[in-house]
Order: sequence, then C-alpha cells, then structure tokens
Amino acid sequence: MPALPLEGIRVVDLTVVWAGPFAAALLGDLGAEVIRVESLQRLDTITRTATDAKAMHELVADVDPDAKPWNVSTNFTTVGRNTKSVTMDLRREEALEAFYKLISVSDVFIENNSPSTVEKLKVDYPRLVAHNPRLIMMSMSAFGATGPYRDYRAYGANIEAVVGYLLLRGYADGEEFVNSVGGFSDACGGATAAMAVLAALHHRHGTGEGQYIDMAQSEGVAQTLSQAMMDYSMNGRSRRSTGNRDAERVPQGAYRCAGDDYWVALSCGTEEEFRALCVLIGHAEHVDDPLFAKELRLAQHDLLDQEITEWTSQRDSYEAFHLLQSAGIAAAPVLDQAQLANDPHLRAREDWISLTHPAAGTHAYLKTPIWHMSETPLPYRRVAPLLGQDNDYVYREVLGFSDEQYQRFVELGHIGTDYVTRS
Amino acid sequence: MSSALEGMRVIDLTHRIVGPFATKLLADYGADVVKVERPGAGDSARQLGPFFHDTPDDEGSGLFLHLNTNKRSITLNLKHPEGREILLQLIGDADVLVESFAPRVMPSLGLDYETLHRANPRLVVASISNFGQSGPYRDYKMSEITAYALGGTMATTGLPHREPVKLALTVMQIYAGMVCSTAVMGAYLGSKWHGTGQQVDLSLFQIMATNQDRALMSTAAYQYLGTMGQRSAGNRQDITPASAYPCADGYVQMFALVQSWPAVCNLIERPDLIEDPHFVENRTDAQVKAEFEKIFLEWLSRHGKQEIMERAQSLGYICGAGNVMEDTFRDQQLTARGFFVEVDHPYVGSLRYPGAPVRMTATPWRPGRAPLLGEHTSEVLAARLAYDEDELKRLRDEEVI
Repeated sequence: MPALPLEGIRVVDLTVVWAGPFAAALLGDLGAEVIRVESLQRLDTITRTATDAKAMHELVADVDPDAKPWNVSTNFTTVGRNTKSVTMDLRREEALEAFYKLISVSDVFIENNSPSTVEKLKVDYPRLVAHNPRLIMMSMSAFGATGPYRDYRAYGANIEAVVGYLLLRGYADGEEFVNSVGGFSDACGGATAAMAVLAALHHRHGTGEGQYIDMAQSEGVAQTLSQAMMDYSMNGRSRRSTGNRDAERVPQGAYRCAGDDYWVALSCGTEEEFRALCVLIGHAEHVDDPLFAKELRLAQHDLLDQEITEWTSQRDSYEAFHLLQSAGIAAAPVLDQAQLANDPHLRAREDWISLTHPAAGTHAYLKTPIWHMSETPLPYRRVAPLLGQDNDYVYREVLGFSDEQYQRFVELGHIGTDYVTRS
Repeated sequence: MSSALEGMRVIDLTHRIVGPFATKLLADYGADVVKVERPGAGDSARQLGPFFHDTPDDEGSGLFLHLNTNKRSITLNLKHPEGREILLQLIGDADVLVESFAPRVMPSLGLDYETLHRANPRLVVASISNFGQSGPYRDYKMSEITAYALGGTMATTGLPHREPVKLALTVMQIYAGMVCSTAVMGAYLGSKWHGTGQQVDLSLFQIMATNQDRALMSTAAYQYLGTMGQRSAGNRQDITPASAYPCADGYVQMFALVQSWPAVCNLIERPDLIEDPHFVENRTDAQVKAEFEKIFLEWLSRHGKQEIMERAQSLGYICGAGNVMEDTFRDQQLTARGFFVEVDHPYVGSLRYPGAPVRMTATPWRPGRAPLLGEHTSEVLAARLAYDEDELKRLRDEEVI
C-alpha cells in the first residue's frame, strides 16, 4: 500500500477540551504520529471525563473491572483515535527538559491553552523554536494571542456568543436560548486548525521554514456566519434566528412522525420540489393557487406546516423520508443514535467498524478518516490510548531514556497510568 | 514572503456552499484555483442571498462573494465535446480537481475517475456529495436542515416538548467545507510527497455523523451504554449560572463550574453570599437555585453585555457577550486583530468581509475578491492552453465558453 499522506510527521499534542483534540485527530487520521502529552497531576476534566464517565465505569457491561473512568470517556475514546499518550508534569524542570527533547524530534506542536498559560508553562514559541528551528506551532486559543481578550478563557458557547452566533440559532420566538449547547465552534476550530497545519507543512516542505500560527477559535467559527456577516456588511442588517425556517426555502421544518419523538426534516428549494410536495401530501390545489406563489408563500408557512404534519404524523420517519426523496424533495429522518447505528446507508458504505478498546471492550465506531480515499484508505490504526499507555515507547524509543532515567521519572511521578490527584 | 500553498493548482468544479468554501480556503492560502462555471448562469450560489442592497444580481450575492475569494472564474460548457476536451487539458498540469455534482453527473459527462486518472495519474480528484459515491441514498437530495437531521445531533437540540431545531444559517455546510479542505490537502500532500494520485469520496452524511460537536461522542455513548441524549432546557444541577441570560442591552453567555461560585458572587457584587450557608449548602435545591437566579438576573438587568463580559473575565468567570452583527463588527478584539478586511469589487464596491481564519507568521494570508462570471476565461485559456483570440471567439460563438 502507498505511504499514508502524513507518514513520518510527528505531532506533539498538548490540547484540552474538544477543539484541540479534534484537530490532532484529523492529523492522526491522515497518518501523522500524534503524541498526546498528559499529566498525572492534572485531570483533563473535559477531554477525558465528559459524558458521565463515572456512571459509564459502573455500567459498561464488558468493561475491565479495573478500568479507570478517564480511559472510557466517550469523548476521548472517539476523538483520541490514532493517538499515543505520554505522561509528564511540565511544571517541573526535568519534565520540561524531556518535553523540549520531544519537540526537537517532532514536526508540529499543537495546543489550545490561553497565551498566558503557554508562557507560564514555558512552552511558548520563542522557547521551543530554539530546540527545533523547523517547528510548526499551532496555538488555537479562544480569541487569539493578541488583542484585549487574549487571556479571556472561553468554551464554545462563549466564543459563539461574541462572534454573533448565539442570537442566530435556535427557536425564533423567544425560547431560542433554551439549549445553548456550544460545541459547534469546537468542530470548526479543529477542522480550521488541521487545515492550517497542513498548509504550513506544505510551505515547510518547499522552503524548510517552520512557523508559529496564531489561531483564534472565534475567527474560525466566524467563517460559518457568512450570510449574516455579508448582510450586515452590505445592507447594515443585524439578523436574528429564523428557527427552522428559511425565507429562500419554503416550506422547511422538522415535522412529527408516528411513534414517540420521531421527526422528519424537509426543505423545498425549487418550484418543482414545492409542487411535488403539494401533490405528495394531498394538497395539489396549492400548485396553481396565487396565494401560494413563490413571493407570497412565506405567509402560508403555518398552514403548510399543519398540512405537512397531518401527512407525516401518520408515517414512520424513514417511510416519510423515502417517499419525500422519491418525489424529489430534500428530506431526512431526524436520526437518533439507535437509528444512526443501524442506518442502511452507513452500513452499506461500511462506515461502521468494530474495534476493541482495552478498557471499554468491543464496540462499533464510525470509521476514520471521515471520508473515503481510494488508494490510501488510512486505517483506523488504534483506538484511543489509556492514560500513559505509550510512556514506554515515547521515553525509551523516541527520547532514548535509559532504564535508570525511566525509573527516576516513575519515582518522580511523571510516568504512570493513574492520576495522582483526582479532582 | 510567499503564500503557504503557492504553486498548488486546483480545478474547481464545485458550486453552492460546501465545495466553494473548501476551495476558498485553498485559494486564500495561496493556491491557484480556477473555478469552472456554466456559461450564462454560473454557480447557482450567485442566485442566493443576501444581495447587495437587497437586489438580486449574479454579481451581487454576499454569500457567493464571501465563498469565492481569490479564485479565477472561467466559463466552460462541459456538455459540449470541446468543453470537455478543454477541461481534460486543464487537469493535465493541475494537482487537484474538486467537484460537487450529484454522483451520476461526472460519469455522464465522460469525466469518470478513470478518465481523469488517465489524463493525469498524479491528480487528486475530490468528489463532494450528499451521501457519497455509493450506497442506497447515493442520489438523494440534501439541504442544511436535512444534513443536520442526519448527523444525530439535531434530535437533541431544542426543547423536549417542541420540534428539534437546526443551527443557524448554513453553518453545517460551511463546517463540511472545512473538513473537505482538510481531506483535499491531506490527499494532495500524499500525491506531492509520495506520488499517489487518488479519488477522495466525501459524503456529507458521514461528515455530519462524525462531527466533534456531540455527534461522535454520542455514538460511543449509545454503543457502550445504550443511552441517547434528550432535548433539554439545559437546567443544570448546580447553582452556578452557566447558560445564556438576558441583561440590560441583550444577552450574555456564561460558563461556570462548581468552583466558579466565588467569582459568580463577586461579579454581582454580593461577596457576602460566597460563604452563605443558605446557598452553599443547598446549591442543588431547585428553590434555592431559583432564588439565587433572581438575584443574579436582577444584577444583570442593570449592566450591559460588554461590561459584564469584561468584569466576569477579570474575575475568572467565563463569559461571552451575546453580540448581534452590529456589535460583532465593532467588537474590540476582532477590531484590534483586524479580522474584518476591506475588499474592493467591481460590482459591489468596497465592503468588509470576514478575514483570515488563522494568522500564519511566515506565510501571509491574502485578502482578495470573488471573480465576475467568466472574468478569467480568456486569460486562463490563453496562458494555460495557448488559445489565441480567433479560437476564443470561435469557442464563444459555439457556446463552448
């Protein structure tokens, strides 16, 4: 098989929460060796323990009785794919020296701490470039390494609020904030950062020149607000959420189907689709009704919603989906996880694969990379590592530690597989 | 200083949102992106709003203007044998071809992967489609709301007694464009470094289901435990406010952990509550929580979102101001970093656009504008394929270009 695209590229990953690990995962998917630097002294509360890890520890039927909750977090067992885990407490001099050594034999360093934390930890670019002049360092802080908010801390939802996204999503009638789960900017941040690192690798390959990349996650997610930003820029309009509706696509919405909490989403973007929908749901009379002409149709949205619901509520969401698509209308069941796990299309494309994780057991995972490649299929090389699983490899093989040096790091509490403080 | 992707040559057959955003990133990082459009109408995103001064025009779509910066536009009728021939010549010295037609279209034009591969064995062909190039839903349609529905996350977005609700605008499609650019770059580096030309088959369904925003981890939660997320009002167990709240001039988005309690009390100028046993000892009691929220909201109602954010952040209580675009365009941080860039365009004139997604210190990001329809047809065909004026006139007369 041909070499993987990023074969031979080593990435040092000091990221936390969601966005940074996702960026590292995308690079790992492409064949880079990702070494995640963790600390036994500081539990990574979100990356490794999201989704109620304690409950999971008790519930996973085939879990190793000695499994530690941080090894079976659903966030980390998915986003930690194709990653190696090494432990060291960077606040202490000897670990910092080992870290610098690791940097000197790596290509990319990626982190998403606040700029002041990076300086405090002494892992800022000016210090690291002295150990590796070809280094590419990707810093993906919330608001960037310069400017008045440089040291603000923020999660996805807070970042999204500042760039104007909070008020553009959700219901349009005053209940828009009820579910301000903010994780969308993490997805954008990870993809934006991975792309920038690839561009920097391209440049380095041609010129030998590494570089520092200052990424503001806010500026990554802001790209997605294209229409709202351009509307303000062109017309001075500050848009607000329109819920499930879209003035250019009428009708559009999520409609209740038969059963408990099943829905089908549909959207009519053309006149052909609108006509097909009217015929399908038994309201062919709207086709030539001037009240339902394109320009006036938005005013009829409530009535259309009612009529569509009368039709969908008698049907299973998959049945409605296939009937609508067969009539040429963009539609989809609002899938829950059980449906997604069994979806015939994902199964037919072999997007679900079975993997065995040393602590979580054997389960189905969505395959990576999250696309298909004809010549370098990019195997899901390994499930997420246990904490410290690769200490041996990284310290001995990559850093060349002797037995004595290794033992000393064990005694000093750098090397291990358990958190020293469990906060 | 040169751009990061200097020397990379891309032939771009994409239209609407996902593909054009992916190739926009390539172009903004410095790749030479030749956008191939249908003669006459062009990319159908040219007909999508918002429009300059709310007046529909092929050169006035704000969406198109933002998604096509730094590209060159040529018109080419791919259904015409000579148009197809010109495309095959263009890919002869290209690195990447990106297309986003329905899966049956490229083969029907005589442009299946094998043909493209024969024309240039090192070529990366990235095909972006709703459901991928195979599988039972291959020819089905998709839109923003249906894409989100398929990803498994919409089912848990909204209130339990109401319908699931989508995210804003077309954000999932632009996110998909980001993923596509990463895939294209990965395959391109494989071709450049290891000589592997190949086809990349991008399915938006797959990209939605593996989204880092809850989607992927939810699949594992279901596999491990059989649990599925629910739509919820987001009520937290703890007393520390961690949601969106109204304030004097709009909203603020707070985030707090249990240990943020002292900062919360300090924000609302009630340090006396930090140790108050009534609150501290009953922090998960619904009535006590409601009592505290009343105090909290009363203080917020007397302060503005920007002031609250600055004060909260200085106290270590995570907060973001709930801006509308008017605020976003004036935001101190985005302004200080020069995020919005002024771009001139022959039809809409000078406007502010969202700027660079990252700041690279060695390879500058270039602001640029979107091309007019067919603006570079003559230039590209003359330079790349050595067509002269007479031939170009003939191609125009025969409606090839």
